[in-house]
Amino acid sequence: MGNFQVKWEAFSRAFFDNGGYKEVLSGLQNTVLIAVIGLAIGIVLGTLLAIAEVMPQYKTLPKILNKISHTYVAFFRGTPIVVQLLVGYFVLRPLLGLQTINALTSCIIIFGMNSGAYVSEIMRGGINSVDPGQMEGGRSVGLSYSTTMLKIVIPQAIKNILPSLGNEFIALIKDTSIVSFVGAKDLYVAFKYIGTNNYEFMVPYLIMALIYIVMVLMITALIKLTERRLKKSDRSSES
Amino acid sequence: MIEVVNLKKSFNSVEVLKDISTTINEGEKVVIIGPSGSGKSTFLRCLNCMEDPTDGKIIFDGVDIADMNVDINVHRQKMGMVFQHFNLFNNKTVLENIMLAPVHIQCQKMKKLKKQKLLGKDINEDILTKKQIIEKEKKRAMELLERIDLQDKADAYPASLSGGQKQRVAIVRSLAMNPEVMLFDEPTSALDPEMVGEVLELMKELAKDGMTMVVVTHEMGFAREVGSRVIFMDEGKIVEENTPDEFFANPKSDRLKDFLSKVL
Ligand SMILES: Nc1ncnc2c1ncn2[C@@H]1O[C@H](COP(=O)(O)OP(=O)(O)OP(=O)(O)O)[C@@H](O)[C@H]1O
Ligand SMILES: [Mg+2]
Repeated sequence: MGNFQVKWEAFSRAFFDNGGYKEVLSGLQNTVLIAVIGLAIGIVLGTLLAIAEVMPQYKTLPKILNKISHTYVAFFRGTPIVVQLLVGYFVLRPLLGLQTINALTSCIIIFGMNSGAYVSEIMRGGINSVDPGQMEGGRSVGLSYSTTMLKIVIPQAIKNILPSLGNEFIALIKDTSIVSFVGAKDLYVAFKYIGTNNYEFMVPYLIMALIYIVMVLMITALIKLTERRLKKSDRSSES
Repeated sequence: MIEVVNLKKSFNSVEVLKDISTTINEGEKVVIIGPSGSGKSTFLRCLNCMEDPTDGKIIFDGVDIADMNVDINVHRQKMGMVFQHFNLFNNKTVLENIMLAPVHIQCQKMKKLKKQKLLGKDINEDILTKKQIIEKEKKRAMELLERIDLQDKADAYPASLSGGQKQRVAIVRSLAMNPEVMLFDEPTSALDPEMVGEVLELMKELAKDGMTMVVVTHEMGFAREVGSRVIFMDEGKIVEENTPDEFFANPKSDRLKDFLSKVL
């Protein structure tokens, strides 16, 4: 254990005295930022993609949108997120002349686009779980398909899929650990910096793992809580 | 008011409505009866194009609304529809259920008017703010709720209402759009027996007020008492139609005689 004492002291020197904690805090902030904004983008994008999937397909425009949505989802689900990140940052960013966008923002956008594909599948299930009578009720009073979808169907769908969205958030949090591939600074970069300070990696990486576990456990607890709340509100309103 | 011309409807090449023509005049109360699967619901749902007719015309206020190029939403605002399973918005309170469509549609209209005014067109109508529209519609919704004696349920969610209460709210939700005609698809079939009366009572009131109504129902008493014309449908066709007295006293076709002998 004496050995561990040495490692701990090395860590604590790097963490407290050499400003490591600042790196960790800003890394944590970036990790959370990418996951939270990424999920927000994912929900908006995923909702639009899901609507394109479930829309009635009589006319040409819905057919085209449906094809686009299919292709989009197939692409993002069919390639590893690391590849999407690398292609997005090192291929598309220069090709499209978007060099002004920094690494962090690029990561947020790419994670958002990736999440959109997964959320669209979740959202499609959510929309299909809503009684078709809800759409009919809206259409019967003269509301358009899209208005009924946004005001009536989607809110109920989201309520049904909250737990799955929570799981998607957990997946995102974990996936963000690859953003250093394109130079964004997350938790991993922060702890690598601390370890490199005196080439002691055992304690930093152990603590990094703990932080991830704590984050995931906290989100899990939050999901459980909202699930119970929703169940309760359903019950009390039916009594 | 509604002229149905050679209406046909197929579901995946199965013909459910076979060349139906009839006219529903202003103020009429048309009751549709017939065996299960005869196409009553499909016919009713074609009247406001909830089902798109496969062929034929639905002429409402002079416009063929079966034409895919018309803006069906505008015409549906003038045709109320009441469903067997109520179809109230589960995520909205009773008050919101009633106000949602009128508020939304008027806000859209005001936006359009404002745009036209900006483009320099003369607008005769008053342009209301969203707040004014909400105030106006809230007042109207509360009046409607008072009419059905459910004002204390304004802030309740549909899940907490009884079936009869839900259906009465669904009816006034349609009324909030000031429709010219109301379509009912078995409005009392999903209700416990003790709640059928309150819904039929409200429908009778509407009838008395002069509302044009098309009602699919198994309530023969309602057909007799309220109907101005009764239609018997079987196998996707109108087999017989007549005034209620004649219809029930002197059925002509064998199929109607057979049907009445079973249900009466
Ligand atoms: N969306 C649909 N897709 C396929 N077939 C349908 C659809 N809707 C109705 N049908 C078929 O059309 C026929 C007529 O149905 P409809 O619901 O109009 O009958 P109905 O007279 O209202 O019967 P009920 O008294 O049971 O309500 C039935 O055979 C039904 O199976
Ligand atoms: Mg039916």
